[in-house]
Amino acid sequence: MSVRGPSLTERGPGLEERGPGPVPVTLSVNGAERELEIEPRVSLLDALREHLDLTGPKKGCDQGACGACTVWVDGRRVLACLTLALSCEGREVTTIEGLAGPDGELHPMQRAFIAQDAFQCGYCTPGQIMSAVALTAEGHTRDDDEIKEWMSGNLCRCAAYPHIRAAVRAVRDGT
Amino acid sequence: MRLITYSRAADAAGAITTVSSDPTSDFLAGGTTEIDLLRQNVLTPRRLVDINALPLTGVEQAPDGGLRIGALARMSEVAASPLVRERFPVIAEALESGASPQLRNMASMGGNLMQRVRCPYYRDTASPCNRREPGTGCSAVEGFSRGHAVLGTSEHCIATHPSDVAVALAALDARVHTHGSRGEQTYSIDDFFLTPGHTPHREHPLEHGELITAIEVPSSPVARRSLYLKVRDRESYEFALVSAACALSLVDGTIADVRLALGGVATKPWRAHRAEGVLLGAEAGRESFTEAARVELADARPTANNAFKTGLAQRVIVRALETLTANGRTS
Repeated sequence: MSVRGPSLTERGPGLEERGPGPVPVTLSVNGAERELEIEPRVSLLDALREHLDLTGPKKGCDQGACGACTVWVDGRRVLACLTLALSCEGREVTTIEGLAGPDGELHPMQRAFIAQDAFQCGYCTPGQIMSAVALTAEGHTRDDDEIKEWMSGNLCRCAAYPHIRAAVRAVRDGT
Repeated sequence: MRLITYSRAADAAGAITTVSSDPTSDFLAGGTTEIDLLRQNVLTPRRLVDINALPLTGVEQAPDGGLRIGALARMSEVAASPLVRERFPVIAEALESGASPQLRNMASMGGNLMQRVRCPYYRDTASPCNRREPGTGCSAVEGFSRGHAVLGTSEHCIATHPSDVAVALAALDARVHTHGSRGEQTYSIDDFFLTPGHTPHREHPLEHGELITAIEVPSSPVARRSLYLKVRDRESYEFALVSAACALSLVDGTIADVRLALGGVATKPWRAHRAEGVLLGAEAGRESFTEAARVELADARPTANNAFKTGLAQRVIVRALETLTANGRTS
């Protein structure tokens, strides 16, 4: 272990402390600025569902295991249950509600999920679709093994996995 | 979930000063462990200092040909780096075998090294746990311990270190750079992780408020031919029962250089120095591989539930070495 003298720590002002009660927050969600008052402990998932009435992202496990709450933050798929809403200030949040076009036309992946019958109860579906669109953009759709591996963060209790993979393949192949 | 306050740090100095001077505060990076454990009352900070805006990102080649990874680089970014994939495939493979794509997009490299154990008793506040509440006892020693460690354990804690990438970093002699109230420090990866001993609550030598700024991997040509082999209960999205990070080079059938570290079996990312000692200079083959594996696990102390790990670890070592020497991955 080597030690050098203090450098970065000699300066640095005290940081503004927000909370623990409700504080005003502006979130950019699906292209719109939304203002809300929430406690700093509130997850992005609860902010979306309980404060902004965006109930597409689902609360499955609330501990980062099931993927039902998958949304995009700055275009990358993440778990809303393990993200604090306050940490998303200044970033762009996209939920399943933001996928369809302005005229309501469904995203190709949404259409493929319907065409391929890629769900039964539908509870995991918003998270599956947010992951599936991201996976396609990431280029991890070479074959079924790769799709499986890169969709492994989204559990489906109805086990619709074969049909979910078929939907991903359909979008990949433009069929 | 308990109430917390939130601050967003604009520079490292502010973050370090704030957390160093307030024992009830903690850094918040990717949050994948922190928020989960906060919600379960395992971690109880009063205040979180969000460091995600700090300029501690990037994956770069160091002047000596090594690798410099910013502490806030995300697991997915590091795994996707062409430099990492070409020069240090074991790091990319270890990263992509861990967690899920969503978690890898969130989790920072520094946070990965700071992640807490996955022992169910640590995560259950109703159970005694020396790591969570020093002096209360270890529930795992006499409890359900199928996933627990067989190397580096003590009577006070047998929790397995959960990281995959830290195993690869241990194999490659990485160094961890930090800033804190004592200034800048550099730790060898082996010094960075502590075995539980009598103080399982001390997982790292860091003082409160000391911030990881970067991880450095020295230039290691042997790493070009390397792999991460992970054996687990599910094919994906699961912690290791046993894993091995391995790099190896041959000259005329003799092992000229070798790095080996184990995951899933030890209380810290486990550099297999004993096995390396057997292998270095030996003829590559089943005989030397088996002997190296036997020697490394000779001091294993299994519980009633995890005795299988001692044998499994040896087979994983042999398979990793055979894979590296058999498929043209060695030069």
